[in-house]
Formats: sequence, structure tokens, C-alpha cells
Amino acid sequence: MQERTLCAMHFPANPIAHEVRSYRSCRVETMLKIENLHARVEGKEILKGLSLEVNAGEVHAIMGPNGAGKSTLGNVLSGREGYEVTAGTVTYNGIDLLTLAPEARAAAGVFLAFQYPVEIPGVNNTYFLRAALNAQRKVRGEKELDSMQFLKLVREKLKVMQISDELLHRAVNEGFSGGEKKRNEIFQMAVLEPQLAILDETDSGLDIDALKQVAQGVNTLRSPQRAFLMITHYQRLLDYVVPDFVHVLADGRIVESGDKSLALKLEEHGYAGIGASHPAGAVA
Amino acid sequence: MNEIMNKQSSSAATLRDNADVAEALGRTYSAGFITKIEMTGLPPGLDESTVRAISAIKHEPEWMTEWRLDAYRHWLTMPKPDWAKLNIDPIDYQAISYYAAPKVAPKSLDEVDPALLETYEKLGIPLHERAALAGVAVDAVFDSVSVGTTFRKQLAEAGVLFCSMSEAIREYPDIVRKYLGSVVPTGDNFFAALNSAVFSDGSFVFIPKGVRCPMELSTYFRINAQNTGQFERTLIVAEEGAHVSYLEGCTAPKRDENQLHAAVVELVALEKAQIKYSTVQNWYPGDENGVGGIYNFVTKRGDCRGDDSKISWTQVETGSAITWKYPSVVLRGDRSVGEFYSVALTHHFQQADTGTKMIHLGKYTKSKIVSKGISAGRSSNSYRGLVKMEKGAEGARNYTQCDSLLIGKKCGAHTFPYMEVKNPTAIVEHEATTSKISDDQMFYCRARGIPEEDAVSMIVDGFCKQVFRELPMEFAVEAKKLLEVSLEGAVG
Repeated sequence: MQERTLCAMHFPANPIAHEVRSYRSCRVETMLKIENLHARVEGKEILKGLSLEVNAGEVHAIMGPNGAGKSTLGNVLSGREGYEVTAGTVTYNGIDLLTLAPEARAAAGVFLAFQYPVEIPGVNNTYFLRAALNAQRKVRGEKELDSMQFLKLVREKLKVMQISDELLHRAVNEGFSGGEKKRNEIFQMAVLEPQLAILDETDSGLDIDALKQVAQGVNTLRSPQRAFLMITHYQRLLDYVVPDFVHVLADGRIVESGDKSLALKLEEHGYAGIGASHPAGAVA
Repeated sequence: MNEIMNKQSSSAATLRDNADVAEALGRTYSAGFITKIEMTGLPPGLDESTVRAISAIKHEPEWMTEWRLDAYRHWLTMPKPDWAKLNIDPIDYQAISYYAAPKVAPKSLDEVDPALLETYEKLGIPLHERAALAGVAVDAVFDSVSVGTTFRKQLAEAGVLFCSMSEAIREYPDIVRKYLGSVVPTGDNFFAALNSAVFSDGSFVFIPKGVRCPMELSTYFRINAQNTGQFERTLIVAEEGAHVSYLEGCTAPKRDENQLHAAVVELVALEKAQIKYSTVQNWYPGDENGVGGIYNFVTKRGDCRGDDSKISWTQVETGSAITWKYPSVVLRGDRSVGEFYSVALTHHFQQADTGTKMIHLGKYTKSKIVSKGISAGRSSNSYRGLVKMEKGAEGARNYTQCDSLLIGKKCGAHTFPYMEVKNPTAIVEHEATTSKISDDQMFYCRARGIPEEDAVSMIVDGFCKQVFRELPMEFAVEAKKLLEVSLEGAVG
């Protein structure tokens, strides 16, 4: 019921929203449903029949060796060019996610925290974020925020996320350290308030303090309406963001699923220990 | 001689009788509308009688007529420059009309034809409001005659002279005679010589010793009549310790044929004077198939004549089918400073060969060049710059940064930096980059919800930031919008 209200509130007047709403009014369904997904990058098949269901409020960790297809999954879900889906379906809040342009997916509430956030020289971070939020709001038929309203929102989020405002005055990711880039991704997530957040190796390259800070940010944003898909190589992030489910992705498929204890088992025995070793000619 | 006189009078008669009402349709070029007002003008063609006729229409003194004729005779002997990386169709100089003006010359703003004022409205420069709100004095040049000058009185109180060039020749002949052609001589180059012979109007600014001009000065030029070349002549003189900031904006309506625009701008800065000259140019660039558009062949040069003087050029160029333009600074005074900030955007079939020249003569002179070229479609965008350190340029410095941004796969960007260093203590630095808007940047923006075209203009805006910062506030906003409009359809 809570979900239904949220959707109606988020999507008052656009085709996607309409579809979501009419679907929602029938029954509450899985937020993200991936069935038998096959995807190719540069002619090479990376995902080979991946299936996964994610419900609102859940945190799923996707773990796996290098080249298993973890980042490919994030890119396919957010609509990056060059990732060709050859079979299978992805349904998000009842709609076919794969037919939407990346910006439409963002407006529908899908967020990808990048493994390597891109620098955009000369474009102010705050300006960028406001343009993004307003573009999304416009698609959803919501009123765009003026700079005063936006500034107020940003201040609130900074406070909640315990992030200093120093990053806001710089150009998007330009000259940011690895930790700053990842924190900026989490901050963007806080402002954009997605329903489905995909974190692509957000923990990689972070020292322990930065990792804790990022994890705290994610924990703050956990809510019954929001789902997380955390793609990670190491168990260590999961010490700070405790997942509801852990999946092992190997050779383009989910080979094992369990609760957080699976991550510990992996830590102990390695991917080889559960029969999910590095595939030959791996592609990240 | 007799024949010339006859021809002259018949030209003048045609001028009075010819009521040419222009009609055409503008489509996608937002400033591509044509104002329907009665025009008078000279018939196409160029010879000495044309030059004399222009001078006569403007009631110029004899010395001015001779100055023009001298330039004309020089022009006849000069070859057309062919060194630029441009493909220019041959221009028939006899097919151009060298003078066009609204039929009834207005005396004040109240007398200005309402249709004309409407033109300015469409361009976003309502003369009265804009001037009043922004504190900008606008000297609007409509084809060849300056139709209205606002804020003349306030400026006069500060001792600033700001008027059309024709008026200046009549009212301040001594100043004009002293400085006109002193920076760009009549025989400087082919197009400057042509301009000197036939220039019809332009702006004149004189800031006396020690005066800081109390407001931004601005001129909007607009080419309206068909087959008319527009040849403005602008002269800005800042005496010792004077400061002035000047902005010109240019648009032209849409036409199928190419139109010639050959302007000359001269700046003179005496000791400790500062001149900042900003241009936002969107002359009609031709359509997406490369038909029509303005040929923009302009000579702009500043002379830092006094010690510790400073001249700064800022330009945002999105228009014209062909641009040939190198705003330059001659650093004559010791410790004088020259700056050039440029954004040049080309799309479709536009060609631009633009840049600057910094000529260091004085000791400890400094120059800075920041050039941002953006190419889209099938356009060609070249930076051409000369940094010259003469023998006396002890301890002089130059820093040049030259960046190119490519959008799409069919455009071209070229950089031609020239350096001549004759003083061993001078330091010249040059940095150049060429980049494309990366797929990663585009995807990052789109994954945050920003549509493709908005993402492109955002990235381009960021690329140009260093130059936009140099523009007066309200024009920076305008420049940004202009880039957005110019880049429509550049992706996909």
C-alpha cells in the first residue's frame, strides 16, 4: 500500500508513470524482475541467462570473480550503449525497462552509482545535480525546483549524509580523489532519491575511512520503498552495509544465492571454493 | 571627371527614389526575419563614383573623401588573401550594393520606425527597456545608419563621446582624423582597404583622460537589405588612465545568397588605459546544406600605445558561413597587457579561420590567449595565432591555451600557431588540446536523467567556462543560450 502511494506520488503525468500506476493499482509486484538475461559486449556474450528478483526495501549484494559480468549487469540495467541484450527480459515496476532510454530509466527511479565517475570539466557540481533532478521531475510531471528550493534541499541532504559542502563548489568530479568521487555518487543518490539504486563496485579503491563513510551514506538511504543492488568484489563492504541477500555471479549467471553468511563463506573459501572460479578470457 | 559626376548624381537620384521592400521567409534561424521598411540605397557596383557618393550622402569633409579614395585606389592593386584554410567562392564586388539606409533618417528614438524597433524586440534588445534595465547604452546600427543612441546625455556628462562614426566625422573631425587608420592603415589588407573606401557607419567611442566609462557600451549590428555588404568602421580611443568596456552583438536575417561583411575595428589605449571589447556574433551561418550565410571578413586590432595599458578581446562566434578574423593587440607600451578569449563554434558547413596576433614591442609586455574551438556537423574550425616577440620585448611573456572540442565524426579542427621570438629573454608558452565529447560523459549525464541535447550543451558550456567568465554577466547568459541554439541537432 505504501508502495502504491509512493508510485502515484512520483509519477503523476507521463506515459511511463501511467503504465506504472495502472499496473500498480492491480497488485503490488516485484520491483525488479530479471529473467534469463543474455547480453553481449563487442560481440562477446557476457551475461548468459541471469535471473534475479528484487523487492522494495531489500538490499542485494552481487558478488563474483573478475569478469563474471557484474559491471555488465549494472550497465545493462541503466541502458548504456554498446551492451546488447540478446535474450531475456527485465521488468521494473511492471514496465519493460530495456525499451527505455537511459534518461527515462533515471526519471523512473533507477540510479547507477558509477565504478568510475566521469569528470565534466567546467560544469559546476551543484548545477549538474539540479539539472539532473529537474530533468527527472519534468518527465514525472513534477514542478521543477528553483535555485533557492534546490539549495535548501541540498543543505538538508548534506546534513543527513554528513558530507561537507566543499565538493559542491567544484566542477563535476574534476580533480576529485577516488574517495571524493564515490562520496559524490552517494550524495547524488541522496538528492535524486531513486527507487532502485545500483552501486557498481562503490567500495573499490577506498581506504577504510572512506569506505565507512560511503557505507554510512548507503545505510542512511535504506528505506522500505527503496531497493539496493550492490555489486562488489569484496566482502568488506558487507561488514558495514548488511545485505538481505547475497548472490554469486559467475560466468554470466547467478550460481548461488543466500543470506549474508554466503559472503562470509566466500571470504573463507574463495570463489573457487564454491565452483565459481575465473572464467577463461574474462571481461569485467 | 564629368562622367564621374554624372554617375554620382544619378546614384544619388536612385538613392532617393529606390524604395526596395524586402520579402522573404525565415525558418529555423531564429533571427532570420526581414524587416519591411522602405529602404534607400545605392545600386550595385563599385568604382570611384560609388566611393564619392557614399562620402557625399554622409556630408563628409573633403579630407575624408580623399582618405576613402586613397584606400579604394590601394584596394584595386591588392590581391585577395588566400592563405587561410577556407574555401571561398569568388566574390563579385560589382554585384554588391555598398550603401543602404532607412529612407527617412530618424533624429531621435521617438522617430524610429516602429517596424525597426520591433526587429530589435525580436532580437531581444528592446532599446528602451534593455538600456534602462541593464544600464547599457545601445548604439543600434541598422544596415548603414545609426538609428538611435541612448544614454548619450549621461555619457556626455562624464565626458564620454559615444556616437555613430558618421556623426563623429562631422562633429569631432580632429579626433577622428588623428586616430582613424592609425591602427589599421587603409592599405593593411584587402578587406581593410575595401572597408576604408566604402565604410558606411559604425561606432565611435572616446573616453577622455582619467575617465572610467560609467556603463557598458554596446552596439548591435544587423544586416537587413538584400545584396548589401555591411562595412562598419569602429574606433575606440581611451586616453591616459581611461577605462571602457564595449560589447557588440551581431545578427543577420536569413538569405539564400551569401552576403559580405567586412568590418574594421580600431582600438587605441594610451598610458594606463584599459579597453575591454566583447563580441557576440551570430550572423546567419547558412542552412544545414551550406546554402547562404554571411562572409565575415573582419580586421580588428588594438594598439596599446601607452605604457601599462591593457586591451582585452573576448569573442563568442557562432555565426557566419565563413569567418576570417584575428583580433590582435600591438603591445607597444612597456608593461602593456593584451588578452584574447575566444569561443568559436561551427556547425553544418560553416568554416572559421580565426585567432589572434600578439605583437610584443615593449618591455615586460604580457599577453594571454585562450581559444576554445567547437566543431560539429561537417564544419571546419581553425585557430590561427601569431605571437611575435620583437627585439625590444625584454622580459615579455605569452601564454597560449588552445582547446578544440569535436562533436560527431565529420567535422575538423586545426591549430596553426606561429611564433617569432627575436628577444632571448622573452618567454612563450603554448598548450593545445583536442578532445571529443566522450561517450562516458554522455552516458553519465543521461544516467542522471539529463537528455542528450541538454547534456551536450552542458558539456560545451563547461568547456567554454574560461571564456564566458570574461564576458559581462548578461552577455554571458546570452552567449550560453546562443551556443545551445547553434548546437541544435548536433547529436544523433
